[in-house]
Amino acid sequence: MSVTPCALRPLHLAFALDGPVRRARRGGEAYDPEHYVRLARLAERGTLDFVTLGDSFARPGPDALAVLARVAPRTGRIGLVPAVTTTHTEPFHVSTAVSTLDWVSRGRAGWAVEVSQSRAEARLFGRRDAAPADAMWREAGEAADVAARLWDSWEDDAEIRDAATGRFVDRAKLHHVDFRGSSFSVRGPSITPRPPQGHPVVVVDASTRPAREVAAAHADVALVRAEDPATAGDARAGLRERARALGRDPDRLRVLASLPVELYCSGDAVGLADLIGDWHADGACDGFHLRPADPERDLARLVDGTVPVLQHRCLLRRFYPGATLREHLGLPRPANRYAAARKVSP
Amino acid sequence: MTTTTAPSRTPSAPPGPRRMHLAAHFPGVNNTTVWTGDRVGSQIDFASFEHLARTAERGRFDFFFLAEGLRLREHKGRIHDLDVMGRPEAVTVLSALAAVTDRLGLAATVSATFNEPYELARRLSTLDHLSGGRAAWNVVTTSDAFTGENFRRGGYLDHADRYVRAAEFVATARELWDSWPAGGTPRPVAHQGPHFSVRGEFTLPRSPQGHPVIIQAGDSAEGRDFAAATADVIFTRHSTLEAGREFYADVKGRLPAHGRDADALKIMPGVTFVLGDTAADAQERAATIRRQQVSPQNALVALEQVWGVDLSAYDPDGPLPDFDPVPDPRLAQGRVRIGDPKAVADRWRALSEAKGLSIRETVIETTGRQSFVGTPAAVAEEMAAFVAARAADGFILVPHLTPGGLDDFVDRVVPLLQERGVLRPEYEGATLRSHLGLPEPVRPAGKG
Repeated sequence: MSVTPCALRPLHLAFALDGPVRRARRGGEAYDPEHYVRLARLAERGTLDFVTLGDSFARPGPDALAVLARVAPRTGRIGLVPAVTTTHTEPFHVSTAVSTLDWVSRGRAGWAVEVSQSRAEARLFGRRDAAPADAMWREAGEAADVAARLWDSWEDDAEIRDAATGRFVDRAKLHHVDFRGSSFSVRGPSITPRPPQGHPVVVVDASTRPAREVAAAHADVALVRAEDPATAGDARAGLRERARALGRDPDRLRVLASLPVELYCSGDAVGLADLIGDWHADGACDGFHLRPADPERDLARLVDGTVPVLQHRCLLRRFYPGATLREHLGLPRPANRYAAARKVSP
Repeated sequence: MTTTTAPSRTPSAPPGPRRMHLAAHFPGVNNTTVWTGDRVGSQIDFASFEHLARTAERGRFDFFFLAEGLRLREHKGRIHDLDVMGRPEAVTVLSALAAVTDRLGLAATVSATFNEPYELARRLSTLDHLSGGRAAWNVVTTSDAFTGENFRRGGYLDHADRYVRAAEFVATARELWDSWPAGGTPRPVAHQGPHFSVRGEFTLPRSPQGHPVIIQAGDSAEGRDFAAATADVIFTRHSTLEAGREFYADVKGRLPAHGRDADALKIMPGVTFVLGDTAADAQERAATIRRQQVSPQNALVALEQVWGVDLSAYDPDGPLPDFDPVPDPRLAQGRVRIGDPKAVADRWRALSEAKGLSIRETVIETTGRQSFVGTPAAVAEEMAAFVAARAADGFILVPHLTPGGLDDFVDRVVPLLQERGVLRPEYEGATLRSHLGLPEPVRPAGKG
């Protein structure tokens, strides 16, 4: 029996786990990790590509990356994409934490790059003042750039364990990144070996102009908030064009429409399938990032209502063909820039 | 398995033997790790962390301990390539381990020099929430500009300032952890000190342990005072009985000055062990392990760290250099210094001449760290005696193999310790504080 790909263009689905956090705030009870585990397993049952979890130093709630690391061993295929901000954090720590999420999930990590623009967040650190969005996003782009260099700073075969010479690593395959940005510098190499995916998947919400530039330059997945397929299609075309101008292959950038959803009944769930089908037929986007009003209710309706309809209409896969988030997204494992440079140089 | 009644902690009950606390160190980035042979696995795959943590939990250990790396070590201006290197970021791995363990404490070493209080307090509180009250933070400080080159802060702090910053860092974290009253509205924190200004609302309710457990490593007078004032556990290197008793008395003696009683701080030296079927078998295994740890190439590196010059032309199986060291602090970067080079060189040469030892044999002899070598019964007895003599409250075991380095200990020594009544047969509580016999921190008066 031959396996025929269903749709000509695969449809990617992602779901935001962020929900009302006021409950914990009122009661003051501990955050229950099983809540996140349950949701991620449900998303996995629906063969979604990935779940996202937002974060900000000023919003009530736990550290998103740690939460998804807690979820990793209890799930097998679903991609895990926490927001990690770049404004008040150390790029070196961010790169190793995201890399570590890829290690503990065996190749399912992503990183939603975010900035901290508010004065409230700046005051929690007392280290620098709040800055305009342009400057914050320029720095976020540098943080994404240095993170990728640090992920490459160990070539895949750097660990040799050569008993004869006593060498654990081949240091010719470890690289100082010597990165100088506008507000930080990093010598490198990373302390963490290159992660399973080579680079964890970089996700940028490209809804604002300065973020769009960072998405075109560094993202594997760009999210665009749009209310109609024409707007989403324009945003997608613009991002692809900009990526091409920056020397990237635009086919390596997935653009997902990021939509708010509220699924009260199974009729809503089927309606969502219709909408997804229509937008997809228009070529407006490569898939959808759904932002629920109530994560538990809406994810259950999505997985039990929308997903089977999409599968029945041959728009969505019925199983995970691969193991890593890059494989779900149809993105290749990035070549290592330092290994390539070493092979070219005499 | 027989069930025994746990010795009561109330003063009126007949005192049982002093219970010991055990922790497991994940074999780290140093030459105590043996990385060749068929029992050796990955130092980075999650499966290795899971295996070691599950083994420690099976042995009813208090906690699992991860060291930190912030820059790869360099030697003679090049990346040091002879020992295991490459490790994950600790809080992230421990968050994942919280999913595959139930009771084991999860301790992360994180620098107070290259982090900020608000962010780290939030990450550690998250780990405490995600693990049901099992988080610990091993507070370390870093002084070198070499490590600073990877961070915004850059530069370095002088030795005294490191502890001033660390003390203010921990105090600020505690203000944040205390800022949510039970069932009430969080109070904004307004901290203003010489190192940190933190103003605003913490985003998490008080965590299951109140505060994550604070561990501190360090042996200087400032380090001991910092621990006496601040820490719940101190991680030391004093692995002989005499050195241990001296250290124990000194540190416990510093507690009253900080208004704390002697049980408030647990002293846990990091120790290695080698088991054998007979004493001779254990000694032979220990010697084999030492030769694996100190390869000919590693012996020359150790020599160069003392002498401060390139000695690659020397024969590791030959005699030591006959000239005095030429100290060069830049020769070895990212390593702990081993003392005055001239004094070390004199000692090594005297030893080599007296015993007729080669370079490699001298390094093996002088850098030996094996604390407990013997049959399981002998090791159990020696460890119990150590605790009974108040040379320690327990141990952080540093196995030399990843990930199976604790298997033999848990299978063969733990049952003997339990039979003696010095190790808990079962966990009695759910949180790391309860394993350590530490009370939950009191909420500040009038604020809860």
